Amino acid sequence: MAKPKLKQHHINRDWCKGCGICVELCPKKVLALDEQDKVTVVRPQDCICCRLCELRCPDFAIEVETQE
Amino acid sequence: MAVKDYLRERFLPHLWCPGCGHGEVLGGLVRAIEQLGLSKNEIVMVSGIGCSSRISGYVDFHTLHTIHGRALAFATGVKIARPELKLIVPMGDGDALAIGGNHFIHAARRNLDMTALVMNNRIYGMTGGQFSPLSGEDVSATTAPYKTIDRGFDVVELAKAAGATFVARSTTFHVQQMTDIIAKAIRHKGFSVVEVLSQCPTYFGRKNKIGDAADMITWFKDHTTPIGSKAKQEDPGLIERGIFVEKQEPEYCEEYEKVVARAKGRRS
Repeated sequence: MAKPKLKQHHINRDWCKGCGICVELCPKKVLALDEQDKVTVVRPQDCICCRLCELRCPDFAIEVETQE
Repeated sequence: MAVKDYLRERFLPHLWCPGCGHGEVLGGLVRAIEQLGLSKNEIVMVSGIGCSSRISGYVDFHTLHTIHGRALAFATGVKIARPELKLIVPMGDGDALAIGGNHFIHAARRNLDMTALVMNNRIYGMTGGQFSPLSGEDVSATTAPYKTIDRGFDVVELAKAAGATFVARSTTFHVQQMTDIIAKAIRHKGFSVVEVLSQCPTYFGRKNKIGDAADMITWFKDHTTPIGSKAKQEDPGLIERGIFVEKQEPEYCEEYEKVVARAKGRRS
């Protein structure tokens, strides 16, 4: 199976509470919190689409979309 | 169906604190149900009182938000009346094993076909951070400023001894394992108990200086190990995770049907 390739991260800013779980536990440090304490994608080129941010987000605020 | 189709999106964002593990358990649960391909109409979720019990408000199944510690009692009634439905009973550590301890052991003893999900954050969050029967010794809480002396229950050992036919444990760090275990527990015929170690950064983490939500999740990574691992032999303090019991025993509703049949046979 080919490695999944990132299309984009969908972030729901209304649901994100800025807990930082996704930021700290991302194996490739793709994410960061912005000045409003909401998650933002800073290094999309490093994303390996492991989806751990999506699975561990307690608020359903981040979704990883991959290319078909 | 997508994960979000199982949620009542109009009630989101949920009321849990930033970094609360209960949101992760909710995610694991709906992903497990999505994996199993269950219809929303065949699931009944019954919860009691506490932070964890608010989970029933966010899922688009048949849901009952009942009284403290009595979720399993209400679920028993639903199951007996409509045995074809899938019962899922999420509870907090206090709800399940303090006020609801008796209901818990007797539901396990009867082997009713339902899934009890114990979301164990080792503290009463909703009422302000009092220690619970799962806090264990040497823990700081609002009601234990000089640390607890109470020993905690081991949910897995208790459920095994009470006769549960499926007993498992996972954590909010191991989200994929948690989802798989919940799916297996729902599929299991009989009383299944799944303990998920969950984080309460607001009270447990802050009072015990473990750090933020991510630090607490990492604590689960560092302090748990798969069942029977070599690491466990070297460090008996590690908490084991995985499926401890999975066996078939007569299920209560099916046995009850036989009683009904016997009674009818005698009357005619």
